[in-house]
Amino acid sequence: MEKISIIKSTAVLVPTANIDTDQIIPARFLKTTSRKGFGEKLFYDWRFNADGSPVPNVLDGQVGCIIVAGENFGCGSSREHAAWAIHDAGYKAVVSSSFADIFKGNALNNSLLPVQVSSGFLSVLTAALRADPSLEIMIDLPAQTISAEGVGQETFPIVGYKKECLMNGYSDIDYLLSDVESILDYEADSQTS
Amino acid sequence: MGKTLFDKIWDAHVVKSIPDGPDVLYIDRHLIHEVTSPQAFSALKAKGTKVFRPEKTFATCDHNTPTHDQDKPIAEPSSAAAVEALARNTAENGISYFPLGDPANGIVHVMGPEQGIVLCGQTVVCGDSHTATHGAFGNIAFGIGTSEVEMVFATQCLMQNKPMQARITVDGTLADDVTPKDVILYIISRLGTGGCNGCFVEYAGEVFRNMSMEGRMTVCNMSIEMGAKGGVVAPDQTTVDYIRGRRFAPTGADFDVIAEKWLELRTDEDAVFDKEYHFDASDIRPMITYGTNPGMGMAVDGLIPSQAVGCDEGSFRKALAYMDLKSGEKLLGHKVDYVFLGSCTNGRIEDFRAFANAVKGCRKADDVVAWLVPGSKQVERLIEEEGLGNILRDAGFEIRQPGCSACLAMNDDKIPEGKYCVSTSNRNFEGRQGYGARTMLAGPLVAAAAALTGCVSLPK
Repeated sequence: MEKISIIKSTAVLVPTANIDTDQIIPARFLKTTSRKGFGEKLFYDWRFNADGSPVPNVLDGQVGCIIVAGENFGCGSSREHAAWAIHDAGYKAVVSSSFADIFKGNALNNSLLPVQVSSGFLSVLTAALRADPSLEIMIDLPAQTISAEGVGQETFPIVGYKKECLMNGYSDIDYLLSDVESILDYEADSQTS
Repeated sequence: MGKTLFDKIWDAHVVKSIPDGPDVLYIDRHLIHEVTSPQAFSALKAKGTKVFRPEKTFATCDHNTPTHDQDKPIAEPSSAAAVEALARNTAENGISYFPLGDPANGIVHVMGPEQGIVLCGQTVVCGDSHTATHGAFGNIAFGIGTSEVEMVFATQCLMQNKPMQARITVDGTLADDVTPKDVILYIISRLGTGGCNGCFVEYAGEVFRNMSMEGRMTVCNMSIEMGAKGGVVAPDQTTVDYIRGRRFAPTGADFDVIAEKWLELRTDEDAVFDKEYHFDASDIRPMITYGTNPGMGMAVDGLIPSQAVGCDEGSFRKALAYMDLKSGEKLLGHKVDYVFLGSCTNGRIEDFRAFANAVKGCRKADDVVAWLVPGSKQVERLIEEEGLGNILRDAGFEIRQPGCSACLAMNDDKIPEGKYCVSTSNRNFEGRQGYGARTMLAGPLVAAAAALTGCVSLPK
């Protein structure tokens, strides 16, 4: 897993609430059995007509490796392809006032940092990005802070274990495989059904 | 302080707890399908390992599969490849697989309970957000990503932070024309599409106690549509009666012993929830959605509102523009082009009974395309055995073969751009049923009324 520490970048603002995983990556692109190449399909139906011709859209002209989005980002399907697509397209963090649980878990398992801020901070940040699309945002994972000039700074929550995983590039599966003994003990002690 | 039903199941499955971290949770049942498993199998193979507990894993194909000519090879190459990969991976790992055409094949959340794979008091996961369905049996059931599918393959465990808990109580008696789908659409419209983020929900009260297992599955299925990790209903005699005699369920005296334990699984009187919501059954009317998330729902004979819970003004306007609808208008009488009966939400035999009963002796509107897709081979068989097939055909309907179908349009069953579909599925997201498709979610009775009249109508 890629390690995360400090992310400093301009942002891509998608100020819509409830951006679901069908928007992030439409189901018809989930047929491949590989994890790669989903970045090209990110927000596909926002960017292209049915015939494949480009459509002017909210992403046009925006550059950065941080997405700033409306509340309840990533709702809907459990498809990890959504997190793969965002990460594959070069993003390192998504900032919102709330995240759907499965998306958040998938993001954390793919070195994509979900940064949950207060609604107030998100409104101020959104307004600041509208006024100045070149505004630089700093996300400091060790300190658990997000800041931008004129916007201020806020602390964001993350479970200590996950923070350590992200900073060191550890994954849950490595942790689980490192202690199969406990699992065997559990199976022996409880009659698993 | 007492424990909730959720606490009791969770605590019984904790292998160990990590300080300032998640619990390692043991998983009793792992259901898999062709879309979210191949990358997990590949990763496992790359590590040189195999599935740790294949006897706790069950596979079906449903998302990519066609709903016609299932006896022939799948024509679309990438869909065929995904299904072939599942067959190969399950064979290599000794996992029970129910391929296309098998009498047990069907949508994972329909066939799992039907086959008695899913019992009570279990932890159940699947790489699919509608895994919440299995909470209807008193289980902690939730959807997971592919990395987590790999973890369960490798260790039969997951690392999970214990969520907050909410209880939704609905007391009173439902009107005859109100189905379980209307109940859950009503709840989501009140709480918002992200209203239960971070929570696991218990459904309590008279309405759920009086509901069939099929109805409880419909309700729990859509827990995810308000952001809940899952939803659970306490097991009772209805639950036990449903499971008894099913293919993979315990038998004889073993069943009686275990069923006694299931009936004891309930929330203690003095347990405390993080959030409590109460609704009155008499306030619930037949429902339909007008927007692009499941929280944007209203009574079928209501007026399109000017705001929705958890949806800012700009997002609300964007949704109505996509649907080409306006606040203050009624939906009743609005043209409907397609009707879809099916999915893991409403593709069970009870839904086909309700739909068939509603259209019996009538004729489908000529200008409506209706796709009736059974949730499983077993539902398909029961439709014919119970004589529903003839009722439906006499009314001008054709019955397709089982699968997820137009719920997410991964196969050929796509609603064309700009067309309106009254759909018994679970998501009305932009493009969910096909590029530019406009979905109105509803229950089987509202779907039947739309199919007969060609417009949004109240059930008879």
